[in-house]
Amino acid sequence: MADILRERERQVYRKGQGEALPIDCEKQSAAGSVSQRACVFCGSRVVLYPIADAIHIVHGPIGCASYTWDIRGALSSGPELHRLSFSTDLQEMDVIRGGEKKLYAGLCELIDAHQPKAAFVYGTCIVGVIGDDMDAVCKRVSLEKGIPVLPVHSEGFKGTKKDGYRSACDALLKLVGTGSTEGITPHSINILGDFNLAGETWMIREYYRRMGVEVVSCITGDGRVDEIRRSHGAALNVVQCSGSMTNLAKTMKEKYGIPFIRVSYFGIEDMSKALYDVARHFANKEMMKRTQEMVRTELTRVLPELSEYRRVLTGKRAAIYVGGAFKAFSLVSALRHLGMTTVMVGSQTGNKEDYEQLREICDEGTIIVDDSNPLELSSFLEEKDVDVFIGGVKERPIAYKLGIGFCDHNHERKEALAGFDGMLNFAREVHSSVMSPVWRLTPRKRGSMLEVVK
Amino acid sequence: MLLRHTSSEVMERSALTINPAKTCQPIGAMYAALGLHNCLPHSHGSQGCCAYHRSTLTRHYKEPVMAATSSFTEGASVFGGQANLLQAITTIFGVYNPDVIAVHTTCLSETIGDDLVQIIAKARSEGKIPEGKHVIHCNTPSYQGSHVTGFASMTKAFVTYFADPQAEKTQAINIVPGWVEPSDMRELKALAKQMGVEVILYPDTSDVMDTPYTGKHDFYPKGGVTVERVQASGGSAATIGLGLSASSPAVEALQSKCAVPGTMLELPIGLQGTDRFIDTLHKLAGVEVPQEITDERGRLLDLISDMHQYVHGKRVALFGDPDQLVALTEFLTLLDMKPLYLVTGTPTPQFEARVRKALGGNTPEAKIKAGAQADMYLLHQWIKNEGVDLLIGNTYGKYIARDEDIPFLRFGFPILDRVGHSYFPSVGYKGAMRLVEKILSLFMDRQDRDALEERFELTM
Repeated sequence: MADILRERERQVYRKGQGEALPIDCEKQSAAGSVSQRACVFCGSRVVLYPIADAIHIVHGPIGCASYTWDIRGALSSGPELHRLSFSTDLQEMDVIRGGEKKLYAGLCELIDAHQPKAAFVYGTCIVGVIGDDMDAVCKRVSLEKGIPVLPVHSEGFKGTKKDGYRSACDALLKLVGTGSTEGITPHSINILGDFNLAGETWMIREYYRRMGVEVVSCITGDGRVDEIRRSHGAALNVVQCSGSMTNLAKTMKEKYGIPFIRVSYFGIEDMSKALYDVARHFANKEMMKRTQEMVRTELTRVLPELSEYRRVLTGKRAAIYVGGAFKAFSLVSALRHLGMTTVMVGSQTGNKEDYEQLREICDEGTIIVDDSNPLELSSFLEEKDVDVFIGGVKERPIAYKLGIGFCDHNHERKEALAGFDGMLNFAREVHSSVMSPVWRLTPRKRGSMLEVVK
Repeated sequence: MLLRHTSSEVMERSALTINPAKTCQPIGAMYAALGLHNCLPHSHGSQGCCAYHRSTLTRHYKEPVMAATSSFTEGASVFGGQANLLQAITTIFGVYNPDVIAVHTTCLSETIGDDLVQIIAKARSEGKIPEGKHVIHCNTPSYQGSHVTGFASMTKAFVTYFADPQAEKTQAINIVPGWVEPSDMRELKALAKQMGVEVILYPDTSDVMDTPYTGKHDFYPKGGVTVERVQASGGSAATIGLGLSASSPAVEALQSKCAVPGTMLELPIGLQGTDRFIDTLHKLAGVEVPQEITDERGRLLDLISDMHQYVHGKRVALFGDPDQLVALTEFLTLLDMKPLYLVTGTPTPQFEARVRKALGGNTPEAKIKAGAQADMYLLHQWIKNEGVDLLIGNTYGKYIARDEDIPFLRFGFPILDRVGHSYFPSVGYKGAMRLVEKILSLFMDRQDRDALEERFELTM
């Protein structure tokens, strides 16, 4: 453990103790570390996957397609092509002779069979090495079949998830601007960076509908190709999950003059602020009034139950480890709303500004960590005597083994956590896990209690 | 209609896998390596591979899964991964301190041509591998075979690196259990113990992937076969390999390296498979089969006879790994059921022959396919053309089961949405009873669900 800290001391920061930020982030994990990070392909795949009327074909050996087959719970109100797993399943001979022919044939077969609105072709590690000209194949099929066929350059070794988001945005940018913007109203937005996990996009869309705002496209939750093609007609881009979508918003600003604002739909403060920011942008009194009324109605509905949870959870300690740091800001404030203290917060891919902002909003003594690993996480959780850990699939069993509650705030959330109802769901989940009687049977906690008695 | 995009007309495909009934080699190597005590699996490739394998194994077992990665960058993919692996070996022994690092390759490191033997030798000569510690490896190019191949290769690597031809000759029997659950490995050891046979079983993921709740997170859980035991397996009297696809390479390696005679059996899933396992153990170890095992077999037969009328003639579709499918086919046939469609994405040369043998001349109309385009899309199309009464396979079968309204038995890897497989065995007579119970419950629940009120029955 001492070795870990020595090697990674510039990636772990304790607020109020010793050296100041900046944290040494955005660097490659040391070879041999048990990193919780993923790869470029992973980033591209999760961002584009919710587009439900496109086919998503993974060009590479079978694994990359298998492991990402319908793992994200991004819901669709219509077609469900995105839930199928398509792969060129490259074999040894393809690696030797190149996989272009196979990709071409596969794409043609798929497009003929399913008549999708577009096709995304994901390049994996091996494609980057054997040098298949994916762009040429995509161009040819696009011409022959008359639909956009978009290469996504997501070779795993070319960086982290963040680089994958960028490749995904590059592919999306080839769609944006190719549709007709006829009939789009002045009070119109694109929702960027919500993926309709557990139906969250539907909730957000409904808020905007009640405000009188037209949603031109959601990129990419419950996404449709034709909506994305005309998204350049919207008056405003509203960007959540800024890590994945800021590039797209910036380019749309440069190219089409669409301004963007950053929001978070998580926690009641951030949720309300998001809606007010949109209303304020349109400087429309009626809309602002409708928004105020709606927020009031929603708050009146959820606050009484939330205060019940707050009563029970006050003083409990939380730890957060997520992919992108942006999510962590909202989590810290939502947990505070429940009376809880965040004693550890970290991310796989945060940048300097992210960590600086985290330092500002966290309490003294909070551990802030970049690109952590299970050994470290376990020791932080024990040291801080945490009551609930918020993370993803690989973190869950670590929390449980230590006798700590857990809430999945990643792909595997089962309840919508965005919006006003999402805050209630979040409070319920945290409450039910923290207060579970099973943790009373934790030997570690029994031990510490005995020590107190002594 | 989740799979509304599946048509009943079987589409000719030359270049495409849809809804795969397999995954890639490295995850199998990682699972096998977890069955070695104090071992840290290491993925020599990009970070994503390691993350995906750990996530999938975690979803299947609900356990922390520890593994390291070489964290390939663009530079490594151009100049080779030697520097990354050397750095990784230093980091791992310095920070995580395992007894063994079990390295497997990926499509990326294979394609750029990293020579693992040479890199490990270099690490040793440069003193990067501390005294008494080990680095072992196997090659797992994702563009060949499947996860089963990777499992087989890592198991074989245990033998090539550790099994000692000079080991003291003992009466112990080696068991290479194949890709089964920790519960199965535990059951095989328990059966051998009941028979009074000393066994060396590997890989052994019991007490690794099914650890008790202690309030601590043990980076290396207490289970797994030790290096010393694998070394000693070179002096054992015999080896029993279970599951031809997953275990043959290790058993053959033991035979040629240490002259330990090997017997290959299909997996002991179901009555006949378990009979052969028990009988082989009895013959090789020269021990009697204790009455309690005979009684357990009797209880299984009793259950089958009590319930035979409810399963007779039921049509079954199966997908998954070859060893599991062959063993299940034999057992289902004994239950008088009809395994009609069998699909495995794992390229398996003798697959059809093995299944036909397990069918024993029954269900000659069975459709059997392995390898390229043997995927769940094809299976679904077959089912659409002529339906079945039961579907058996991993969690991904739930889409077909829902769309076609077929009772569904989760079996195989991965199971992402149910628990039980890591705790309750499916091998042995007890495991067979569990399978019969599950299958019966599926049929009975269906009957209760669909029965008209006047035909809704209280008793079976």
